[in-house]
Amino acid sequence: MAHEHKLAIFQGLVKFKSNTQKIWGVLIFLTIVTIIEVALGIVKPEALMAKFLGMKMLNWIFIILTIVKAYYITWDFMHMRDETKALRRMVVWTAIFLILYLIYILLQEGGYVFDVYDNGYIKKDF
Amino acid sequence: MSTAVAEGKTWGGGNQPLKASYGKMMMWFFIVSDALTFSGFLAAYGFSRFKFIDAWPIADEVFTHFPFLHGVDAPMYYVAFMTFVLIMSSVTMVLAVDAGHHMNKAKVTIYMFLTIIGGLIFVGSQAWEWNTFIKGDYGAVQTKGGNILQFVDTEGHRVALKDFVVAEEKYRTEHNRKDGLWFVQEGTLPTYTVGEVVKGLEAHDNVLVRTQIINENGEKTVLSRAESLRQIKENGTLVVEGANLHVNEYGSPLFADFFFFITGFHGFHVFSGVIINIIIFFNVVLGTYERRGSYEMVEKVGLYWHFVDLVWVFVFTFFYLV
Repeated sequence: MAHEHKLAIFQGLVKFKSNTQKIWGVLIFLTIVTIIEVALGIVKPEALMAKFLGMKMLNWIFIILTIVKAYYITWDFMHMRDETKALRRMVVWTAIFLILYLIYILLQEGGYVFDVYDNGYIKKDF
Repeated sequence: MSTAVAEGKTWGGGNQPLKASYGKMMMWFFIVSDALTFSGFLAAYGFSRFKFIDAWPIADEVFTHFPFLHGVDAPMYYVAFMTFVLIMSSVTMVLAVDAGHHMNKAKVTIYMFLTIIGGLIFVGSQAWEWNTFIKGDYGAVQTKGGNILQFVDTEGHRVALKDFVVAEEKYRTEHNRKDGLWFVQEGTLPTYTVGEVVKGLEAHDNVLVRTQIINENGEKTVLSRAESLRQIKENGTLVVEGANLHVNEYGSPLFADFFFFITGFHGFHVFSGVIINIIIFFNVVLGTYERRGSYEMVEKVGLYWHFVDLVWVFVFTFFYLV
């Protein structure tokens, strides 16, 4: 079970000699990602301010980097990589499906409420 | 193998299709349900934000403080530090789990101890964040409609109320239970009244009002001098200093509500994680798992600890970055 760890990350691009080494490797990777996020958040490059699918490019990058971080925390720190496929899918896909559904419904509704205010049917600035 | 034996193995509980122990599987169940709870909160935050998409506070302007660096504009550096502390304590946790697989009691002890320290630093940092947020630093005026008017100079830099408003003598004192109706109590009164703010604004030509509305450049709209005076005089009803669940000098009260609720709920998870870690730490020191022949308990509490880290990664993105 948990005694044998899979030691390759990035689809086998990087292979570690021991589990301890892999942990430090993942830490370095997560740190780099966090530094990129903070740097982008402070600099806010003008080029990334363009809208893409209703949101700024920069925000998409933040969300994607967050999911990348979440993946490595779950796969390597929580040892999801070493669990059986069935357990992995039960946990991950259940959560992802329900969360995507919830986000879609709520953001859609929030946008609608904004439009109702914005079109002046309800006054909020007085 | 006869049919009876095969059936006994298949249906009698002899199979372990997931190859995970009962405890670990239950921890995963809990984590999935807790993940959905947090997603509910964050999605509700998203809902409120989309509802006020043109007037939501800009996180960079709210969280600008760093301990011991007063007056330095340091957006996000401290949260980045907090994130790093939590990731680091996740690393020590996973190292403890690894040492547990090798039955190395001394190493498990050290790594568990470091994890607890990391958790405490994080909870302390969060308390500091809350304190800074509640105190506020510039002050603002709330309108009848519940919108927030902030003050800037002609270059667009924020101006604190105390820099241009003079407090006069007040006849109104804070009502305490002991002074009158024992079942009525009120919060701290603001330092200034709206009348005093109007006077201060009239006396300082270089102070302008900034509204919540975000313009095309992604910045808050600054009003002209005449419009500033008009807004404060006609619509100003309350001076707001800092933030609580009702009012908030940074903008929409919902922003403060969600900040308190989500970071508070997460902080509570970290706190309970620290407590559980301490219990496990003492069990390790006492040799409970050495006698049991397995450090799986460290692994289970480790799953919870990593989950707390995982949630923070999302809170960090949606509260501070996006």
